[in-house]
Amino acid sequence: MEQHQLVVNNPTGVELALPIAGPGGRSYAFIIDWHIRLLLALAWYLLVLLLIQGGIGTNVLLLNAPAFLIYVLYHPIIEIVMQGSSPGKRIAGVRIVTDQGLPPGVGALVIRNLFRLIDSLPMLYVVGLTACMITKQNVRLGDLAAGTLLVYDKSEPKLEGIDDYAGDTKLNAKQIEIVQDLLDRWYVLEPTRRTTLGQQLLARLGERVTLSASQRSALDPELDASKSDRALRQALQELIAPTV
Amino acid sequence: MATDNPQTQKAPRAQKAQRAQKAPEEQDTRGQEVLGQWVAQRAPEWREIEELNKSIRGSARVDTLSIRRAVDAYRDLGADVSLVQRITPDGRLNQVVNGLFVNLHNTLHQEPRAPLRTLARLYTVEIPAIMQAIAKPIAYVFSLFFLAAFTGWMLISTYPELASLFASETMISQVQSGELWTDDLLNIMPSSLLSWSIFTNNAAVTLFAFALGTLFGLGTLYIIALNGLMLGGIFAFTNQYNMAGRLFEFVIAHGIVEISIICLAGAAGTLLGEALFRPGLQTRKAAFRQAAKQGTRLMFAFIPLLLVCGLIEGYISPNPDYSLTLRVVVGVGWALLSWALLTGRAYRWLGLAPDSATIPD
Repeated sequence: MEQHQLVVNNPTGVELALPIAGPGGRSYAFIIDWHIRLLLALAWYLLVLLLIQGGIGTNVLLLNAPAFLIYVLYHPIIEIVMQGSSPGKRIAGVRIVTDQGLPPGVGALVIRNLFRLIDSLPMLYVVGLTACMITKQNVRLGDLAAGTLLVYDKSEPKLEGIDDYAGDTKLNAKQIEIVQDLLDRWYVLEPTRRTTLGQQLLARLGERVTLSASQRSALDPELDASKSDRALRQALQELIAPTV
Repeated sequence: MATDNPQTQKAPRAQKAQRAQKAPEEQDTRGQEVLGQWVAQRAPEWREIEELNKSIRGSARVDTLSIRRAVDAYRDLGADVSLVQRITPDGRLNQVVNGLFVNLHNTLHQEPRAPLRTLARLYTVEIPAIMQAIAKPIAYVFSLFFLAAFTGWMLISTYPELASLFASETMISQVQSGELWTDDLLNIMPSSLLSWSIFTNNAAVTLFAFALGTLFGLGTLYIIALNGLMLGGIFAFTNQYNMAGRLFEFVIAHGIVEISIICLAGAAGTLLGEALFRPGLQTRKAAFRQAAKQGTRLMFAFIPLLLVCGLIEGYISPNPDYSLTLRVVVGVGWALLSWALLTGRAYRWLGLAPDSATIPD
């Protein structure tokens, strides 16, 4: 499926495409941030209550005001400091960009946070979520007002992997990428699933390139589960980096 | 690992030679060799670019040479991206090169950072200019507010039993027994806490008066009219017990600026509504964005002014030691100062701002 993208013009004439984050990614980021700011505000409460012994008396302001400010100013301040990101957004793998694909300025970040007032109406961000579902770029009203949107962040380039392409391998670029992809996800996948996938991939590639004895032995159905898992992974690694 | 297989023991060159012989089915392997060579050739520069990017991001001042190198690298990377997009559009190589390109793109397009100058310009040039530009909506919103206040006054004067619309039960019983609810405010909470809670409340009303303009201006009009009605109604109610004078005494020190700011925020809110109803030559989206930008800039002026209003309302207004004269002086003086700050006159008098006419926008 064609992914929903923000295409940015730039002087090199190359299409710069940023995948747009939808309601799911946004909500995920928001819920994490919401927990963080709630916990921070509560932490301030506890800290003050612990430090001030024997009743808070006239110190209600010391108790309330900073906790309130933490809760209300968390988003604008963190987003400005982190240039359009926040802990929640980072975990969810999204970030704020302008409609030109650039990191947003302070003005835009303040606008999008001020309009939270509207987006959170009447409760639980009903307005914001609805807007997010019906707008083309999946944005809430605050983003509409500020000219911003959320994109998935893949801007952390992992340069370690690229030597695989330059290594002395028998595979072509597409095949390398399939193997790399499986190896990247290896420990996230269920053991039985990755064994099946690994064996299928190795067998398929075996039709095109000659496998070594150790690689062929990894396909042996007689091997017990834990051993074959390790052997398979190693066999796949050898395919893209045979010198190791 | 088994080492008895002859294939693995062969030198790389021998393998290549072997593959070169099997020409027909090895078309993409040949391509792979070229791609491999290309990646091997480019990889050191990609690493350098990443380092360069990080060093530019991390430092406040960057020398011209680094910037020129970054611009050259940006052009080169653009070529790399377009090549990789053609060869392996979905792969990791594309992700890596594209990622480098996006990072460098962001770095090169960074806005210049001069927070102090930006803030100074905001208060001395931009906010006064917006205030001037929206003079008409300001006049309309103030008119609406006073019309609503007059209506509230007439309503409660004619039908006193409706006082419970605007005043709580305790407030009504207090006034009936000859006391104003503002009399013992300081016994209930200290000035600091009073200032804070009044400030947060006013800030919320002000922000909502602006932002609710998103509902085609209706939310703004509702808030302005409601606040006007309440003010008029409450004054009419206290007037029936001959206490309007005392209420005026309480309100005058902070009230002028407080009410004005809510109305000014309302004027900014009507701009949002107008942008949606009558976007003019722009698209609705662009007009809305423009109005949001203008209004939000005004909030940067309103919130600090409200903070001072909160302090006055917490420390001066409820304190019975201050005379009416002092209250009026504070109220009118603060209103004049606020007006001078919002219109930029204060900065010009102090020589802090250049004449706004000389600054191109």
